[in-house]
Amino acid sequence: MKVVIDGELCQGQGRCFSIAPSLFGFDDLGDGVVLGDGTLTAETLDLARLAQANCPEHAIFIEESS
Amino acid sequence: MTDKPPVLDFATDWDHTDPAWVNDPYPIWEDLRQRCPVAHTDRYGGGWFPATHAGVSEIAKDTEHFTSRTVIINEGRPTDEELPAPIGVAPPITSDPPFHALARKLILPAFSPGVVNALEPQIRELCNRLLDDVIGEEVVNGSLSYAKLIPPGVIREMLGFPAEDTEKFIEMVHIITEAVDLPLEERIEAFIPVEEYFVAQIEDHQDNPRDDLTSFLLDAEIDGQKLALEHVFGTMVLILVAGIDTTWGAIGASLWHLAQNPEDLARLVNEPELMPTAVEEFLRFYAPVTMARLVNADMEYLGCPMKEYDWILLGFPAANRDPVVFKDADKFIIDRAENRHVAFGLGIHRCIGSNLARLELRVAIEEFIRRYPKFELANKKDVTWAQGQIRGPRNLPLRILS
Ligand code: HEM
Repeated sequence: MKVVIDGELCQGQGRCFSIAPSLFGFDDLGDGVVLGDGTLTAETLDLARLAQANCPEHAIFIEESS
Repeated sequence: MTDKPPVLDFATDWDHTDPAWVNDPYPIWEDLRQRCPVAHTDRYGGGWFPATHAGVSEIAKDTEHFTSRTVIINEGRPTDEELPAPIGVAPPITSDPPFHALARKLILPAFSPGVVNALEPQIRELCNRLLDDVIGEEVVNGSLSYAKLIPPGVIREMLGFPAEDTEKFIEMVHIITEAVDLPLEERIEAFIPVEEYFVAQIEDHQDNPRDDLTSFLLDAEIDGQKLALEHVFGTMVLILVAGIDTTWGAIGASLWHLAQNPEDLARLVNEPELMPTAVEEFLRFYAPVTMARLVNADMEYLGCPMKEYDWILLGFPAANRDPVVFKDADKFIIDRAENRHVAFGLGIHRCIGSNLARLELRVAIEEFIRRYPKFELANKKDVTWAQGQIRGPRNLPLRILS
């Protein structure tokens, strides 16, 4: 599983990197970015889901990695 | 203020300055969600109020059918010479695409979490200075002596205005926030000292550039061109207007909540790890900011016959209480784990100061409850609320308990 941020939808609300700083950071403009390649482990999946459930812009997606 | 007839039915004649709305808008919004999700009014020349999260969200993201040229509801309508769309008088809040993105990107870096988080020690010190000023008093005004003074102190530092100007600066802020309601001519008159003070500060920064927001704006460029001084001045004023009574309202409302909910106060004192969810719940439950839009052209929208230049009152605070999106929406839950609140707006105008506002709110509450782990309302009847689109307690006497 992999977590991604849709850069078109992200408006820099800042919830993901506050809730899950181990998974998300921010760029110069304050928009959220996924740290590393976004691969989730059994331990980090729930955290990614929590960040997703708090994103007002619905910009976070959790995908099956191919 | 003219005397207006009281509202009898908010579904057909809403007015956000009606005393019932000012004192307690939440039951009004809940009633509207159930029987008339997009309310209408003929006041202010005509307008609509979506009371649901879905309605607010759809309009906030639709910059094609709605314009931000004027975001504060009034009796007038913009004329072309007054407000050159798509820029507007106070970019980026009054700008539409495509100009909006330019004006916004320019100031975003100055408010990014990295820059803003560095201010935490200064904000903490400021809060403690304010608490020291009222030390030993039995009744502390949580609004006038505390919440109101934090945002201007922070913004004065960010802009790099001298500390000894604190009083003068608070006076400027007062003029700006009060002047918004004045007729245009009086507003221009009232603004003269503000303009003089700001121009003097800008000149001082031109001579002695330093690491602050004023120097940042003087140095910024759009398309290889430095900003016109009017643009620098306009952005400084916007930051004051957008950053002060909003955060004041959020801090004040949070103290108001804690004063009346001793079990939440005790939990926050004893379990500081709850602070992050508490801050988001304060923002959801007591969201202070409601913005407006204007309809661009006659159309049928959300089932309503909207007319060109009708107002839209974008109730982010109402969206935050919609039970379709929030479980137990009408309950304050201090450890609410899933909280997609929209206190900072939705879409391209997301509050630029949101990282700063959260930091101020968190530190202000942390320091207040550290100093005063028990307090209550001194007299419920004395609490008054701001009228208009920015909500928060204006007078908030708190009795300190031992
Ligand atoms: C709790 C405090 C605050 C709340 C609830 C809040 C809320 C909002 C909301 C809802 C918007 C969107 C307006 C719209 O859609 O028309 C907004 C925009 C804005 N806010 Fe805040 N705000 C707060 C504090 C601040 C602070 C501290 C600053 C700066 C120092 C600030 C600067 C701005 C600016 C510049 C915009 C315009 C953004 C744009 O149009 O792109 N705000 N705010």
